[in-house]
Amino acid sequence: MSQAVAVEGVWKFYGDFPALRDIQLRAEPGACLALIGRNGAGKTTLLRIMAGFSQPGRGRVSIFGRTPREAEARRRMGFIGHGISVYDELSALENLVLFGRLYDLPDPRRAAEEWLERTGLAHVRDGLVREFSRGMRQRLAVARAFLHEPDLLLMDEPFTALDDRAIAVLQSLLRHALAEGRTIVMSTHQLREALELATDVALLSRGRVAFTGERTAEMLADPGWVYAHYGES
Amino acid sequence: MPAIETRPRRRTRPAARSLWTALPRQVAVIAWKDLRAEMRTKEAVNASFAFALVILLLFSFAFDPAEEQTRLISGGLLWIVFAFAGTLVLNRSFARELPNDCLDALVAAPVSGAAIFLGKALANFVLLTAVELVSLPVFGIFYNVRWTEQFWPLLLVVALATWGVTVIGTVFSALTVNIRLREVMLPLLVYPVLIPALMAAMQLTTALVAGEPLAGDLLAWLRLLVGFDVIFTALALLLMETVLVA
Repeated sequence: MSQAVAVEGVWKFYGDFPALRDIQLRAEPGACLALIGRNGAGKTTLLRIMAGFSQPGRGRVSIFGRTPREAEARRRMGFIGHGISVYDELSALENLVLFGRLYDLPDPRRAAEEWLERTGLAHVRDGLVREFSRGMRQRLAVARAFLHEPDLLLMDEPFTALDDRAIAVLQSLLRHALAEGRTIVMSTHQLREALELATDVALLSRGRVAFTGERTAEMLADPGWVYAHYGES
Repeated sequence: MPAIETRPRRRTRPAARSLWTALPRQVAVIAWKDLRAEMRTKEAVNASFAFALVILLLFSFAFDPAEEQTRLISGGLLWIVFAFAGTLVLNRSFARELPNDCLDALVAAPVSGAAIFLGKALANFVLLTAVELVSLPVFGIFYNVRWTEQFWPLLLVVALATWGVTVIGTVFSALTVNIRLREVMLPLLVYPVLIPALMAAMQLTTALVAGEPLAGDLLAWLRLLVGFDVIFTALALLLMETVLVA
């Protein structure tokens, strides 16, 4: 069975500056890989290359054995970035039906209604997103990312700007996804929340992989353990 | 935030369809989304239509509608108005994807760059054509031209030239979407490339509103317009994936 994510010798340059330097990473199917590192370490750049939004300068990325730009790879991938990636001018239902159609779901409307119900947005399904509160918009973003039941979830700081309760709910949803055998790759600064879910950890430092390995009991007991042992001084 | 229910996983993902069956459906979905969003806000269409009307009105003060000279420059004048008004619609095409990082979700979906381009171009074409069709009667009144005399040939020219403007504008809208001064950059990039299409549209429109039939030398201009559309549509379809994933 092919790796869920395989990153081999990836470099990314912004002008002459190497934002990523010879990155080697793998995530097995069903794993949860927490990408940690300081601001500017290259986490978002790496996630965007994995998602196929950006091309590496050198090296290659494969998603279930395919390049990220192949439609079959994208069909198996869900992405939550810094933005909520839903349209303000459309209603919640219209947004989800739109993405259901783009992902070629057999019954986009039914899938959309089901996810609106699961995220507690059924009562505002016809409301325009621009009228939603921040929390409602974030729930809709989660529904959009999970709508097509992706085998791989790429998440860029998913816990940022969520309140405690919302973090707990997202964690429960991600736990459920992992129990179903889905793969998660997430970048985060919220070490405690991420390490509770993670099966593997990768520490990026100045565009390089400073550490990669399984999440251990020490990391769970002390979320700063990886930084203390492998981070910059 | 209410509890999110967890349910047993149900496979909803279908087998991938072939490109040629999936493409028209994806194009329609993206075009519908853009048209729906524009109809809710009407920001681009209202601005474009208001601009076209104001320019047509201002130029009408500068030229005497009774003079033959006015009729000779009418085609050029009309397409200058359409080209300027068009950039207001085209500027919004990819800029609409910027709030909430919607472009990421669109690029992450299993949809080709060609489908995204065609969907957006189709929506832009509908919006631009609507603005033009409403502006044409106003043009006829202000400049005293009988634009309905060769109505169907004129409609063909308007459609072909508008598609050319739309194709170039949509591609450059994607190229400039992340540029801070994109409202300034888009016209600067679009108009030089549009010169052949606008020249053909101006020559054809001037002749058609003067009542000449679409024949003889005019067919050469029509062929230029068709060639422009075919070449630049093919180039846009090939390049859009690269433009979107730089």
